[in-house]
Amino acid sequence: MNQAVDEFRELPVGSKGRRSSGWWGMVALVASEAAVFGYLLFSYYYLMAHSLHVWPLGGPPTLRLSAPGTLVLLAGSFVMYWGERGIKQGANGRLIAGLAISIVLAALFILLELWEWHDKGATPSTDVYSSSYFIITGFHLAHLAVGMVMLAVALVWACLGYFGPRRHSAVTIAGLYWHFVTVVWLAVFFTFFIVPRLSP
Amino acid sequence: MPALVTRDEAARHAAKLKALWETSPGLKGWLATVDHKELGKRYLITAFVFLLLGGLEAAVMRWQLMQPDMHVLTPEAYAQLFTMHGITMIFLYAFPVLTGFSVYLWPLLLGCRDLAFPRLNAFTYWIFLFSGLLFYASFAAGWAPNNGWYNYVPYASQPYNPGPNIDVYAMAMILLGISTTGAAINFIVTLVRLRAPGMSINRIPILVWGTITAAMGNLFAVPAVSLAFALLWFDRQFNTHFYDVSQGGQPLLWQHLFWMFGHPWVYAIVLPAMGIVSDGIPIFCRRPLVGYSAVVLSTIATMVLGFGVWVHHMFATGIPMTAASFFSSASFIIVIPSAVAVFAWIATVWTGRPQFTAPFLFFAGFVLLFVIGGVSGFMTAAVPLDWQLTHTYFVVGHIHYVIIGINVFPVIAGVHLWFPKMTGRMMSEKLGKWSFWVMFVGFNLGFFPMHIVGLQGMPRRIYTYAADTGWGGTNLVITLGSYLFAAGVLLFLSNVVWSRWRGRPAGPNPWDGPTLEWSVSSPPPAYNFAVIPVVASRHPLWDGRLREEAVASSLDEGYLLAKERETLGTTPVDAEPDAILRMPRESLMPLLVSLALLVVFLGFSIHGVSALACWVLAGLGGAGTLACGIAWLWPHRYMVQTLDEDAP
Repeated sequence: MNQAVDEFRELPVGSKGRRSSGWWGMVALVASEAAVFGYLLFSYYYLMAHSLHVWPLGGPPTLRLSAPGTLVLLAGSFVMYWGERGIKQGANGRLIAGLAISIVLAALFILLELWEWHDKGATPSTDVYSSSYFIITGFHLAHLAVGMVMLAVALVWACLGYFGPRRHSAVTIAGLYWHFVTVVWLAVFFTFFIVPRLSP
Repeated sequence: MPALVTRDEAARHAAKLKALWETSPGLKGWLATVDHKELGKRYLITAFVFLLLGGLEAAVMRWQLMQPDMHVLTPEAYAQLFTMHGITMIFLYAFPVLTGFSVYLWPLLLGCRDLAFPRLNAFTYWIFLFSGLLFYASFAAGWAPNNGWYNYVPYASQPYNPGPNIDVYAMAMILLGISTTGAAINFIVTLVRLRAPGMSINRIPILVWGTITAAMGNLFAVPAVSLAFALLWFDRQFNTHFYDVSQGGQPLLWQHLFWMFGHPWVYAIVLPAMGIVSDGIPIFCRRPLVGYSAVVLSTIATMVLGFGVWVHHMFATGIPMTAASFFSSASFIIVIPSAVAVFAWIATVWTGRPQFTAPFLFFAGFVLLFVIGGVSGFMTAAVPLDWQLTHTYFVVGHIHYVIIGINVFPVIAGVHLWFPKMTGRMMSEKLGKWSFWVMFVGFNLGFFPMHIVGLQGMPRRIYTYAADTGWGGTNLVITLGSYLFAAGVLLFLSNVVWSRWRGRPAGPNPWDGPTLEWSVSSPPPAYNFAVIPVVASRHPLWDGRLREEAVASSLDEGYLLAKERETLGTTPVDAEPDAILRMPRESLMPLLVSLALLVVFLGFSIHGVSALACWVLAGLGGAGTLACGIAWLWPHRYMVQTLDEDAP
């Protein structure tokens, strides 16, 4: 017999922990989604570099709502991580709490974001800066909404008792997407709210 | 731990394996199947139907251009025809046909029982089909895209192109992008997880390398074009200003995003085809490929470099000379990995014992056409020459040498090569050789003069031309040559149809090929392998005769895995057994999610016609996508996705 299989080892059946095909699939999907945001931010910087006016007109956007929103979203990611750690130790209640609190925090972020949109005094058709502002933050909101659906479904499954310390790949997979959406927001936040403050 | 069993012992379990893996009969089975062999054949057949449609469009256009001042078509009809011809060939034929080969062959080449995500595989097929249907439904309605396949703004913008044509293009492309990305993810995870034990990364067939390189490229390239079209749709329907120069937007942003996708895509539609060649030539030269590692590395290098050359499509747009020089040199460098592959093929033929079969003729013809298409590409990579040649018929000649030469010829060779595996019957050699010579002569007669008429100044995309240009004679030759080429393609298709019913029975390994797909019956059983093979070399079926192989692969003894639909998961680099994977049974959900998504994208395409209808369709489709998507992913006991039935 060939060397590749000659040692006697216990092989797990089905998805177990991180070694699930779904986890690899989500890694690939996140890579592709990261590219979407990479191209979005490229478009933003390209338009900025070619702009003939002050960018953005009227100075950098305010941090009044976006900074608390960023903290809320980061907190949501940490709570999710706390819940994931819980199910690894068999604490299903901690997972349920983690998922539920993350969803609530994401909803709070969306409210703050929509409030900011409302206060903006501009629409996507005002000028090319506001086009990119609304479309890029809107793309992020859409991703966050998809992540909330994933977490909500995982919450239902957790309540049905589907997960345990050995079987929780759905949570790990949804969590990966969730953390990605948070990290992408940091890039968007940096681009729109910090970069204009750095320019002389 | 499952015990190792021999193939003879496994034969006793054949009925059980068949019952587990076989698609159920009737319409429901046909719609719900997740069998990669069935889906691979569907990809191939669908792509060939699109090839014929694109060919018909070309035939009508070439009729119009055969002589000066012909008016069979109006300018608008001609614009829709040439746009649909480009879209059909580049997006609906050239890549899906290669995906078809890979979907059919990968599990057989890798020694597993399906792709990593069988339902995703069905989903990506349906989405591909539906995006094609969306394109062609718009054609029937007179709303087909009409701005060329690369769709430059501002002509694609609302004020200059107010109909739904461009919105259809945007939405059908984003839909197709979902299919391409899903297929890419499926290939990546399959390669990482599902190779037979012992198939370490230096033992993977080159076709697999070509496909995985294309998949990795698509994963990062497709988002650029999907985004470009999304922004265009927002500009057209919601009055944003990304491409609108009057409000600070940048028309060149479209070209950047389009070609950041477009150039890697060129390699996506040729690298898997070159993989077919690299795996095919050795079979007909009776020796392993010369320079396996060099060919693998050059495949990857081509794609990596392919991400850094997009601006060579934009030399004539007034970009700074420094940028043009940089992208020009980057484009020249791609010659090196391409030449490595060419010399590897030539060396394999040179040092082998070539058998001049029909597939070998197509492979050899490909090498010549690849060199011609490469040289004309090298010419257009030079900035001063490109300024002269851009938007002339020279570029039309170049793109056809690249796509027909590097895609169609290897694809037809591949059909000859694997037709016996797929159907259990051989194709007619005599008819195959005839079709090769008719195609080869017709192609060169029809497409080489395009370079000449381009150098004489004939622009591309004109619907007719005046007699005093002096282009009439060359155009007559082009039209007649391309019709001859089309006759060769029809000869090939008639060979396929005839051989499907009347061909000589093939047996498991009619060509005496070296890779795993030839170790199973033709056509393969639903479960592919009765026992999962163990691989000890690049050529498991030639191990006995090649002196360099110290250890023989084990095809007759391995894991049975017959408790459920199961296959073996292995580690990413060394391919050591890692887990027993439970695979999904057939399901209608991939089809239903695809239909729901089609409704969403149909709605978005007609936003300009009726905003109300758009949002109603998008809402219904969105709800359907959500409901069926959750049903699809609901954990199943038989896949051990819930706690209550833990590992046996």
